[in-house]
Amino acid sequence: MSKVPSDLKYTRTHEWLRTLPDGIVEVGITDHAQHSLGDLVFVEVPEAGRTVTPGEPFAVVESVKAASDVYAPLSGEVTEGNGALAGAPETLNTDPYGAGWLARLRPSGALPALLSAAEYEKLTAEESD
Amino acid sequence: MARRTPLFAIHQSAGARIVDFGGWDMPLQYGSLLAEHHAVRRAAGLFDVSHMCVVDLQGEGVRPFLLKLFANDVGKLTVPGKALYGCLLNERAGVIDDLIVYYLGEQWFRVVVNAGTRDKDLAWIRRHAEPYGLTVRERTDLAMLAVQGPEARARLAALLPPPLAERALALGAFFGAELGRWFIARTGYTGEDGFEVMVPAEDAEALWRSLVAAGVQPCGLGARDTLRLEAGMNLYGNDMDETTNPLESGLAWTVAMTTPRAFIGREALEAARARGLEHKLTGLVLEERGVLRSHQRVLAPGIGEGQITSGTFSPTLERSIALARIPIAAPDQVQVEVRGKLLAARVVKPPFVRHGKSLVG
Repeated sequence: MSKVPSDLKYTRTHEWLRTLPDGIVEVGITDHAQHSLGDLVFVEVPEAGRTVTPGEPFAVVESVKAASDVYAPLSGEVTEGNGALAGAPETLNTDPYGAGWLARLRPSGALPALLSAAEYEKLTAEESD
Repeated sequence: MARRTPLFAIHQSAGARIVDFGGWDMPLQYGSLLAEHHAVRRAAGLFDVSHMCVVDLQGEGVRPFLLKLFANDVGKLTVPGKALYGCLLNERAGVIDDLIVYYLGEQWFRVVVNAGTRDKDLAWIRRHAEPYGLTVRERTDLAMLAVQGPEARARLAALLPPPLAERALALGAFFGAELGRWFIARTGYTGEDGFEVMVPAEDAEALWRSLVAAGVQPCGLGARDTLRLEAGMNLYGNDMDETTNPLESGLAWTVAMTTPRAFIGREALEAARARGLEHKLTGLVLEERGVLRSHQRVLAPGIGEGQITSGTFSPTLERSIALARIPIAAPDQVQVEVRGKLLAARVVKPPFVRHGKSLVG
């Protein structure tokens, strides 16, 4: 059973969001997502200063078998990409909600509608049926 | 409804992720694909390859039949138990399938063909076997396990009664023998030493459990693919098919043309060679970060372009490798279009890894 921390928000495309005290939003992929992908061997994160819109591919994660886009969950500007992942993509497997964060974003307006932990859990349960 | 091997229940209860492969429900991985890969390079891994199709060809005409049907020369098979790898070609020299032929007796050869090509292979074989009066028998009563890795032979031999263990360990590379109820061959698809074992389906589960209890790591199709690609071995359907001939598929070494033997596809191959080959299948090592995948474009500026036929991240080399079909005059440095970017790759002669060691520097 994959972990779904209750203090985070989620998207239908398996990203998680954590709002930091200064209003910056940290984004990563969920435990369910890393488990479905398998061993990750390549990660490409966005550069600081890039502006993104919801649903835009802004990062790439590749496992041995396949490449997947990660989608920006909000409108805003990238303040930081997690450069440490380039040399240690396995961090996404071992600590998806912590050291495996992909990027930090400064939202340009209100956050779009997102899923609660309970709603995301329900979504993944339906997907694995 | 996909077909299932006699070991399907074991894979399912081990929590394997199951995928469709050539019409079969097969394990992709049990846990970490990387861990499965490394187990084979460093110790021993176990694969269910029962989806592969074993066909016994029997009768007085079996050798002449294979001399005509098989692009490699079964005239090389003079010692019982010896195996030979090669292709079935159509009249245009396109590859119908790649296979292993075992010489079990003057009136008995065994061939092992791919799961995804089973139907067309059997149809092709039966059609051409008719004038030779052969019996063509698909051995659906057998399961096949591959035990691969530097410790694989010792782990399997430890499960056999001593006289049979001794005979199994004495098998030379690319030799097989019937030992009791089992046919054991020193063959594989990983670039490591090991055995492929054909057993009656009812013995498969006990053999699997014994090997796992002996510390052999179950491995799925995911690791099978990364291991074979590191070993520079072709995958039918990716690296060659009916639209490509063996000379442009890195398989010239499996086509025996030094004797006047008339095999199917020979005339077309000779014509292709006389016209001059335009492409070759070769290895690529990515020199930048990223992962090579099949169908990506390969550019040799000023010369032409080609395509990746199989690509992966290489767990042993910790960078990406591929097999690619590229212009024959391509230089040693090419570019690959990876997700919209041009990345530098070096052309190398496969294999990339053999017996656990990198061969590409």
